[in-house]
Amino acid sequence: MTIGLFIPCYINQLYPNAAIATLQLLQKLGVDIIYPPKQTCCGQPMANSGFEHLTQGCNDHFIENFSGVDYIVAPSASCVLHVKDHLHSDKNQEQANNIRGKVYELVEFLTDILKVEKLNARFPHKVGIHQGCHGLRGLNLAQMSELNAPPFSKFKHLLNMVQGLELIRLDREDECCGFGGAFCVAEEAVSVKMGKDRVADHERNGAEYITSSDLSCLMHMEGIMHRKKSPVKIVHIAEILNSSL
Amino acid sequence: MIQNRTKDHAALAEDFIKDEKRVDWHDGALWWIRQKRDKVAKQIPEWEDLREAASLIKSNVLSNLHDYLLQFEANATKNGIKVHWAADAKEHNEIVYSILKAKEIKQMVKSKSMLTEECHLNEYLLERGIEVVNSDLGEYIQQLAKEPPSHIVLPCIHKRKEEIGELFHEHLGSEKGESDPTILTRTARKHLRDVFLTRRGALTGVNFAVAETGEFVVCTNEGNADMGAHLSDVHIASMGIEKLIPQKKHLGVFLRLLARSATGQPITIYSSHFKKPRQGQEMHIILVDHGRSRQLGRVDFRNSLKCIRCGACMNTCPVYRKSGGHSYHNTIAGPIGAILAPNLDMKKHADLPFASTLCGSCSNVCPVKIDIHDQLYKWRQVIVKEGYVAKTKTIGMKAMAWTLSSPDSYTAAGKVGRWVLKNTPFAVNNKLNPWYKQRDMPGAPKESFEEWYAKNDLKGKS
Repeated sequence: MTIGLFIPCYINQLYPNAAIATLQLLQKLGVDIIYPPKQTCCGQPMANSGFEHLTQGCNDHFIENFSGVDYIVAPSASCVLHVKDHLHSDKNQEQANNIRGKVYELVEFLTDILKVEKLNARFPHKVGIHQGCHGLRGLNLAQMSELNAPPFSKFKHLLNMVQGLELIRLDREDECCGFGGAFCVAEEAVSVKMGKDRVADHERNGAEYITSSDLSCLMHMEGIMHRKKSPVKIVHIAEILNSSL
Repeated sequence: MIQNRTKDHAALAEDFIKDEKRVDWHDGALWWIRQKRDKVAKQIPEWEDLREAASLIKSNVLSNLHDYLLQFEANATKNGIKVHWAADAKEHNEIVYSILKAKEIKQMVKSKSMLTEECHLNEYLLERGIEVVNSDLGEYIQQLAKEPPSHIVLPCIHKRKEEIGELFHEHLGSEKGESDPTILTRTARKHLRDVFLTRRGALTGVNFAVAETGEFVVCTNEGNADMGAHLSDVHIASMGIEKLIPQKKHLGVFLRLLARSATGQPITIYSSHFKKPRQGQEMHIILVDHGRSRQLGRVDFRNSLKCIRCGACMNTCPVYRKSGGHSYHNTIAGPIGAILAPNLDMKKHADLPFASTLCGSCSNVCPVKIDIHDQLYKWRQVIVKEGYVAKTKTIGMKAMAWTLSSPDSYTAAGKVGRWVLKNTPFAVNNKLNPWYKQRDMPGAPKESFEEWYAKNDLKGKS
């Protein structure tokens, strides 16, 4: 089984530590993982702005990079969802569909494919989970609060294996943080207000760290917390799961 | 009422957010309703099946709309109701006016009808010397304030009780400074009772019309539709053509969903069935298209016509809660408004499908399972292709697509970006960068993951 590591563009450039943690974690778990070089972007920023028709270059490049592997894993639910829902190819749609079926966000890959039951990780902190909307409602990483359906959480399943980690309860378990891609600048006022309120929920409930499977949400909240000098920090879930004893 | 249309959603929302205390309170009030909705929805084991059933019944209606409309017309006519057909808002308003004129009615009482708001009926009639009083308490307040409703179920949810007290003091003569909700409600009731007793003409909306029986159902919590309609000589009911359901037995599915989704009540206080006029009364029903058949023809967007106007998508929408209904500058605000409005006027409402983070909560609370957030995404594609976004945005997107489609240009851009963040932060940390206005930029790591990987080539070594 060969895994292709998909590192979204902004993580590559701005949050390399989350990418390194993802790689190291998967290696620790004994999987054969390659990082196809020269990756760019899944095309989501254009598509969500209404320019999906301009994403063919990104799509072709993505297909070329990842056709040869059994699974594609990325530490970003939002980018994975975009590939799953929208990857297309004018030349070979079958190939695109094949890729759509084998792309996984890290958390779901750990719980659903590797079926991880034990981790040698330690993170002695109070942690709040920010369930990014695309991971939650798009990839079903946890039960959605709106539905009358049994609860589950792939995040909690993994985080409960981490020694010393204490999960805090939020007042609004799955409220959006307001990042929303281009929304964060096009609707700056609403985006920031949503982010402030999301951060306040974590602060109010005693979080030392906010974690998520989406760094875009975390980047947005980090920007808000940094500005107001909040003591709360962000950490990608891969970094917690990859922490050492 | 006429909507503010000099600013787009982002700008109107920014204005609303300036009063942060009000936003917090607005957000909290709507979230409280969302929680009430969750609680009652989870008390019914078959809730998700009910949603599915409602969605499928509406699919059937939309696929057979022509036949159901004719069936409804035939049965309603048999019951003694006069049926009218209106292609658009203008025809609808003309029909209402002609009915009232024939009876020499100069004053009309109206219960909640978003359709007549959509048609701007009140202004049309006022220009022709006919006065309309909105009898739903929230809409009555909005009418006194000369503002459109900001929410389809809770028209004045953006107003505090003190502001309502001010309005009542000015218009209804209540004590200055009075803001007790019970006292204010009694004041409004006193005035509305007089309206109900003296109006010869009454207009109601329609929540559901049953093709099989030719009857229609109006849901209210205040009983104001009944008081208006039962005391009037002429009862006019305005309905969008999508409000049909095939048979009476289907009504239970929708009535169980509607109030639970809207306010967390098991059912509205009044679910009033109107089948035929009482002796001596005239009953009219106006079947209004006003863009609905055009939307029906849009494959990606036709499901939006399943909407039963519960407002659950507004209550759950974090953007709506923080930005207020008026920021949508459309009769129907919130997520559902943002997928309905571009059908009516794509240019005017081109901003609305972008007023969302695509979080998807709207689709999950929708009692008829409209794929609202997917439709928002699809509208964005349509609006861009039709050329309704700013040219600068198009150029920017093209540049971005070009950069990201080639690894070399992307790597170069990434390096430049990190270099800029690190060495010339003033280039991005300024007022021209909307990210920076209230947020700091992320720190600039010394190397990208790709660069790190090339140096460390860890494959098999860890």
